[in-house]
Amino acid sequence: MKEILNFTVNGDPVSVAVEPNRMLLDVLREQLELTGAKEGCGMGECGACTVIVNGRNVNSCIMPALEAEGAEIVTVEGLLGEDGRLSTLQQAFIDKGGVQCGFCTPGMVLSAKALLDENPNPTEDEVRRGLAGNICRCTGYTQIVDAVLTAAKKGQEG
Amino acid sequence: MNNYIYLRPATLEEALELLERHGADAVPVAGGTDVFVKAKRRKVAPKVIVSLRRLGDLRYIRAEEGRVLVGGLTTLRDLEQSGIVADRLPALADATRNMASVQIRNVATMSGNIANAAPSADTAPPLLVSGAEVRLISKRGERTVPMVDFYAGSGKTVLERGELIREFVIPVGRSPYSQAYWKHSRRKAMDLAMVSVAVHLELEDDMETCRLIRIAHGVAAPTPIRTPEAEAQLVGKKIDAETLKDLGETSCGETLCRDSLRGQAWYRQEIIKVMVRRMALLALERARAKTGQR
Repeated sequence: MKEILNFTVNGDPVSVAVEPNRMLLDVLREQLELTGAKEGCGMGECGACTVIVNGRNVNSCIMPALEAEGAEIVTVEGLLGEDGRLSTLQQAFIDKGGVQCGFCTPGMVLSAKALLDENPNPTEDEVRRGLAGNICRCTGYTQIVDAVLTAAKKGQEG
Repeated sequence: MNNYIYLRPATLEEALELLERHGADAVPVAGGTDVFVKAKRRKVAPKVIVSLRRLGDLRYIRAEEGRVLVGGLTTLRDLEQSGIVADRLPALADATRNMASVQIRNVATMSGNIANAAPSADTAPPLLVSGAEVRLISKRGERTVPMVDFYAGSGKTVLERGELIREFVIPVGRSPYSQAYWKHSRRKAMDLAMVSVAVHLELEDDMETCRLIRIAHGVAAPTPIRTPEAEAQLVGKKIDAETLKDLGETSCGETLCRDSLRGQAWYRQEIIKVMVRRMALLALERARAKTGQR
């Protein structure tokens, strides 16, 4: 039996009816059409489904949707500025070649954002540790780490 | 994944009541990082999930005289970032730093790690070498179980139906002391331990004689274990290459390593012999650094 779920996504309040066994990822993608978050493994191991919930990056594929009640959620779609410009972090990913196929990118960018929000000046080691839950099959990570360090230097906003 | 009823009690009392009411159908879930993976793989099919996530009162890390209290809903990330844990329980700090990923640690709890009862649980050896106790609670009452008695067999704990982990009571060593934990795995993150070693070391004031040592291993037996023979062997002895070599050999001799998916028994044994020595040395170095002596 469906239950009504209320939370905010990227600053906007939403109200959706969900089955109790739905995971947040499915609700975001299928009911809210926020398809940035991806299903890679469905088991909380690859990080492609990463979103930020109340300031913390989490795997939405194993987060029951009902746990999002009253929460503030940020998805990759929420990083775009009001003026339509990419955030400093997103731009750094592009400038440094941190995006190839793009499948890991939404999750990767959000994990990077969560990292920088908490630690604005990380060392390379801290960046690698912070992104350890996001797998990338294409880049070999070097450009991604570069992008995050660059964004940190520029004082990333979002 | 099967359909289930999902309940979100706001208090511990409510949660215990729901667990009692739904009996065998109920599964208590905190972070869910083990349960939902199992459910998706159809290894479990819960009928009623009692979510513990709203029980914020159970999320705390408190330093008291001679011990640290950790609430049952404390996340691995809380432990990883805690100054109290870093200072007083270095083995637990080592362990939580290297578990899974930030995303998992943000929601996963030490309770879940212990209750899930995998022999590879990274928080188990640190809790064992600290001599921790687990406070359990259900509608029927409360009880305290020492960590050494908490595992009933491979994948099994003494947790009874309707029972929750309310708190961990973790004694702090008597100075000068320190600890260290090593997780042996192929990857630096997002991997299970193939074998693991925790050491808790207390020194005499000469800073080189062992007053007390506790050693625990993961994935070296059906459950996480201590190795009391090796522990007794080092008491009162100077810590040097010779005594450490014996320590590693004896400790290894008390394990029941076997071949498995992640590694073979002979390899696990070799690693144990070396890492017992190294973790004892690391604990020694840390203890010396703390007192300012190098």
